[in-house]
Amino acid sequence: MNRTMARNEEVPQTPLSKPIERGYVKQLILDIRREKLLYLMLLPGILFFVLFKYLPMLGTVIAFQDYQPFAGIMKSPWVGLKHFHRFFTDPVFWMLFKNTLLLAVYNLIFFFPLPIILALMLNEVRKQIFKRFVQTIIYIPHFISWVVVAGLTYTMLTTEGGIVNEAIASLGASKVNFLLSNDWFRTLITSQVVWKETGWGTIIFLAALAGVDQQLYEAARIDGAGRWHQLWHVTFPAIRTTIVLLLILRLGSFLDTGFEQIFLMLNSGNRDVGEVFDTYVYTSGLLNAQFSYSTAVGLFKSVVSLILVISANALAKKFGEEGVY
Amino acid sequence: MRERSLGSKVFDAANHFVLLLVGIVTVLPFLYVISGSLVSSEELLVKKVVLIPTHISWDAYRYIFSSKIIYQSLLNTVFITVVGTFINLLLTTLMAYPLAKKKLRGRNKIMLMIVITMLFNGGMIPTYLVVKSLGMLDTYWSLWLPIAISAFNLVLLRNFFQQLPEELEESAKIDGCNDLRILYRIVVPLSLPAMATFALFYAVGHWNSYFSAVIYINNSNIWPIQVWLRQIVMLSTGGFTDANALSEVVVPPESIKYAVIVVAAVPVLLLYPFLQKHFAKGVLLGSVKG
Repeated sequence: MNRTMARNEEVPQTPLSKPIERGYVKQLILDIRREKLLYLMLLPGILFFVLFKYLPMLGTVIAFQDYQPFAGIMKSPWVGLKHFHRFFTDPVFWMLFKNTLLLAVYNLIFFFPLPIILALMLNEVRKQIFKRFVQTIIYIPHFISWVVVAGLTYTMLTTEGGIVNEAIASLGASKVNFLLSNDWFRTLITSQVVWKETGWGTIIFLAALAGVDQQLYEAARIDGAGRWHQLWHVTFPAIRTTIVLLLILRLGSFLDTGFEQIFLMLNSGNRDVGEVFDTYVYTSGLLNAQFSYSTAVGLFKSVVSLILVISANALAKKFGEEGVY
Repeated sequence: MRERSLGSKVFDAANHFVLLLVGIVTVLPFLYVISGSLVSSEELLVKKVVLIPTHISWDAYRYIFSSKIIYQSLLNTVFITVVGTFINLLLTTLMAYPLAKKKLRGRNKIMLMIVITMLFNGGMIPTYLVVKSLGMLDTYWSLWLPIAISAFNLVLLRNFFQQLPEELEESAKIDGCNDLRILYRIVVPLSLPAMATFALFYAVGHWNSYFSAVIYINNSNIWPIQVWLRQIVMLSTGGFTDANALSEVVVPPESIKYAVIVVAAVPVLLLYPFLQKHFAKGVLLGSVKG
């Protein structure tokens, strides 16, 4: 683990505040002349980042305009904070806020602990063949597209011949319209995440567990520790820092409820609890062509996310971890 | 060795049992759609829900492949995936290699430029407007170029290149090789396992992607399979209007949906053994820091 840390060490320390030495540009030009090919190789990549990352960042200025496609950014009138004002005073803001927050909390409570528990359980298996067999199976859903997952959900839960509702009906109860219901939406979304990502989530913990010194178990056994004691005093401490780090990172991406997933499960029956910031940007922006307003909504979300990520990273560093960037 | 206690044995048994259960829950949905796609209309009519068909019928597959929609969109997706992955690898490698050179002036500034994009982005609408103004709507360029480089993969690949011994490159340089030649003759062959991992992850990403196509592509003739899957299964608006009526058999609409799901998922499942060989390494290359 320490090796990986050392390898990545240069990434975070980018000298932003270092003053540019005199003659830097001159030196750079000299270097570019000498190493023409190397700098030429950078060019397509730089072009990519400028075109598809930095140009859209500049494009967010339309949040402060009444953007009209035919006038373009240059000629569209500036309107200040009009769109932000509209968004924050609209009841839809609180709806989106609540929906996003609740989905994130559901995820934290019902999904987050599962990979940890599953990894600990896998770690207790001594037959390597059985362990590898289970691992092979539980990683599969991670590679399946959200469309297929949503398709599976639809076909299993539909009231017209879905296996779940047929089972309910055969017990004599009345069918439940899971897919079109406000009450079931969060449960559905969270269950999908659990099914798709729990297995994959164990990898990081299993890697941490693989690094545990076997002599520690030996020593614990000699001291008379049973399996529960070993689990609690040897195994668990080995992944504690990983848990804390992942928890902090999760807080950093708190607003990032899986957009593709939610978009696929949204319908007229569950929009009240299912609409989140990203899906709202799509419907109000691209479907209803309110470019400026939806860009303002998106910008609000991006800024809050940025603040969350930066604070999460600072927090991670406080815990003695390396952080993400 | 000490005799294992009863409690320990019970614990092991329960643990195995629960893990087996987890495995079953994971594969059950797949089994359900696969058998659902193979069931015959007569059997479905009698039993309503069939977990294991007594008689395998390929009618649903014959039906969906009698329509142009499925195989055309499969071909589209293969094309999108192959070209897209090639573009990803080409651009990521070309940029990662110079950035791995510690002496390269301006390297840290470019790295900062890349890291910033991991923290903040312009969002859906401004990106859409850029893609639109570049005239890429309704072309596959809109699916390839806006995601040509994953900043995360780029940083990982650069770190990987940095670990390679510099002596090899230096000796090649003395022999008169230029940097591009060194890259594809020495560096890339040395990094093949890492490159394979990136290729597989990029490819799965392209195969599974649907939302870019929803936004950028209106022409349903060039839609990828995932978009059709959504139309057919969730919106039930994807009519196989050109499907061969197969007058002698009636194919249940559920079976058609199941068959489309299977067709969209199978290629990834076939890739999975290769993925599995590499991904643990690939994932750990970057994500385990604690």
